[in-house]
Amino acid sequence: MDFKDTPEEAAFRAEVRAWIDANAPKHLLEELNRASFGSNGVVSEDPIAAGKAWQKKKADAGWACLHWPKEYGGGARSPIERVIWGQEEGPYAALTGVFTIGHGMCGPTVMSWASEEHKRKLLPPLASGETIWCQLFSEPASGSDLAGLRTRAVKAEDGSGDWIINGQKIWTSGAQYSDWGLLITRTNPDVPKHKGLTMFFLDMKSLGVEVRPIKQANGQSSFNEVYFTDVRIPDSQRLGEVGQGWEVSLTTLMNERLSIGSGMSTGFPELFRFCMEAEIDGEPAVKDSGVRSKLAQFAVKQSGLKYTGMRAISALSKGEIPGPENSIGKLVAGATMQELSMFALDLQGEAGVLWNEESPQQGRFQAMLMRSPATRIEGGSDEILRNIIGERVLGLPGDIRVDKDVPFKDIPTSGRKKK
Amino acid sequence: MNLDFSDEQKQLREQVRRFLSENCTSDTVRAILEGPESYDKKLYQGLAELGVLGAAIPEEYGGVGLGHLELCVVAEELGRVLAPVPVSSSIYLTAEFLMLAGTEKQKETWLPKLAAGEAIGAFAYAEGQGRMSPAKIKATVSGGRLKGIKSPVADGDVADVAVVAAKNEKGQVSLYLIDLSGVGVSRETLESIDPTRSQARLTFDGAPAELLGGEGDGWHIASQVLDRAAVLMAFEQVGGADRALEIARDYALERMAFGRPIGSFQAIKHILADMYVSATLARSNCYYGAWALNSGAAEFPVAAATARVSATTAFQHCAKNNIQVHGGMGFTWAFDCHLYYRRSNALAVALGSLSSWESQLIERMSAGNAETAA
Repeated sequence: MDFKDTPEEAAFRAEVRAWIDANAPKHLLEELNRASFGSNGVVSEDPIAAGKAWQKKKADAGWACLHWPKEYGGGARSPIERVIWGQEEGPYAALTGVFTIGHGMCGPTVMSWASEEHKRKLLPPLASGETIWCQLFSEPASGSDLAGLRTRAVKAEDGSGDWIINGQKIWTSGAQYSDWGLLITRTNPDVPKHKGLTMFFLDMKSLGVEVRPIKQANGQSSFNEVYFTDVRIPDSQRLGEVGQGWEVSLTTLMNERLSIGSGMSTGFPELFRFCMEAEIDGEPAVKDSGVRSKLAQFAVKQSGLKYTGMRAISALSKGEIPGPENSIGKLVAGATMQELSMFALDLQGEAGVLWNEESPQQGRFQAMLMRSPATRIEGGSDEILRNIIGERVLGLPGDIRVDKDVPFKDIPTSGRKKK
Repeated sequence: MNLDFSDEQKQLREQVRRFLSENCTSDTVRAILEGPESYDKKLYQGLAELGVLGAAIPEEYGGVGLGHLELCVVAEELGRVLAPVPVSSSIYLTAEFLMLAGTEKQKETWLPKLAAGEAIGAFAYAEGQGRMSPAKIKATVSGGRLKGIKSPVADGDVADVAVVAAKNEKGQVSLYLIDLSGVGVSRETLESIDPTRSQARLTFDGAPAELLGGEGDGWHIASQVLDRAAVLMAFEQVGGADRALEIARDYALERMAFGRPIGSFQAIKHILADMYVSATLARSNCYYGAWALNSGAAEFPVAAATARVSATTAFQHCAKNNIQVHGGMGFTWAFDCHLYYRRSNALAVALGSLSSWESQLIERMSAGNAETAA
């Protein structure tokens, strides 16, 4: 057991470090170190332009989308090299957060399902940060039960072969500045729900697409609603066959959970620093036995996630496929962040209610408190993640699905009995 | 980076697992639970012959001279099957005390016997209720003779030699080796929540005491050895947690209710998923502890407490929920669930309770090692 690089890894790390040192936008570092919860922290210039500039610079030097083939704008590097890059990029990675969905989910889906012509057209500008993609999956009435979605796609009556889209998506991150969207629709309501879906990609500037920011429970607006009114999509922008949309969506969702060793934040280092400074009866809070018990439990979660990630990286380093351990990341990090922020407010006493210039660490814990409910829901709720662990890791049987063989149009839409 | 055991260490795991599957079944554990013996002598001898007791003891002292990583592998396997043997007292503690602080003569006298399973060691420091601290030690050594009562002492009823924490004539905590077959020693087996691992009260009335380590160094040495033992114990706990999860999973696949396997209900599935989460976090923390133990890293005290807190939490969590998943059947004597429940709660307070390790972890992190927090 050791934490050392192999000679090849060490050489790669040195190369990456030197390049980042020579090229990273160091003037933004201070702001990036304050990044948190849906923002990259950049305020002195346009944060999206700053992200695009960094991505372009990386792409020009061959450091963009390390896991993609070169012909699509990637770096054709091994998984372990991708991990090392991420470690070395450190806080600068926050700059390119707007590309996470495109690079991590939409890109791999396009790569698996689009025509060669489309791949060569769409992927290189996505890799280099010239285009931004969003994912149009969730709807007001279908979140965890994604296959229950209602946005309709029907063939245009003019014989053009185009599709006409009507409906609504929700929780779409970045829709307001995206160029392209990955859109899943219902094309056949007469068959069971999983069988009547079809996937498309569309130009977000298309006529009839309307993006409305959602005012979230925490007051921010990083998610959107997207409305489709008679939006026309050429049939050539279909991914997979008509009715194969569910299978296509699984490519996207599998990639959502593939980020290895990224080590989600729990907020523990910040809480620990706060407990060193805060006082209880004139003594540092960290000396209080009750505080210590709580802190220790948060500490071992943080540390457990960190070393779980390192076990996955170890497997990659040996050329093995990591086990399922990493599936616990968001489940643990989200719940921990929420409990931890509540505890931080508790230590602030009655002033914990305040979220202003007096709040410790620029109100970080209040911001965490108000953002963490979303972390427990987005990208697979805690409950869906537990189902995945139960079924795919532990091999337990799936739940009984009463709507599995029912035509979609006959599935009840309300829990209340009709009078 | 390689935060994993080597292929050789994994082969050792297979070998030990095979041996234990034949020699330490549920019946073996229950024989100790229900019978008069304090531990399984045949199993202990078998482990000695396999060479696993001496895994981390140098060859010059009769060991196999592998290392602590190998002992971690062994510990996990012992934990999985709840092996009713005094390995923790004799090997994780007594042998480690001798290797860290013993004189050449003390090592030559005892280590070969401990490695061969011919002698059993115990560590006697607790004196009744409450969290241990130097102030709580009332046992004294004066003129080379030990007086005092130690309780509970794991395996104290069957040990041949004990490392005893007592105050010297200057009132400083020091460690002493006591030959338990000698004069001035009486002992009594105590009832406990986990009779598969014995507990005893040792009463010393003028027993000859041989200093181990320097005068007044007792607490310092003990805390170093407790850190080492904590990592090994944490591997036992992770083994137990994993096994409790497997037992619960298997039952959830097999048991039917309302016309379907209970594992298909989310109420059960989510309990099992949470067990997997806690066991996985603990395993990763244990690997960190094993790395620090083996490499002698400066952050070892933090790593040891991290592994210990995480593994204690996971084993208790998995053992109690194993019963919950079984429902009423889990509360019967016939099912093994209670064996894991007993052991998880016994190990949770062995070597110092969870809250004391939580406190130590944070104290160590705040003592200048804050960067490990990140």
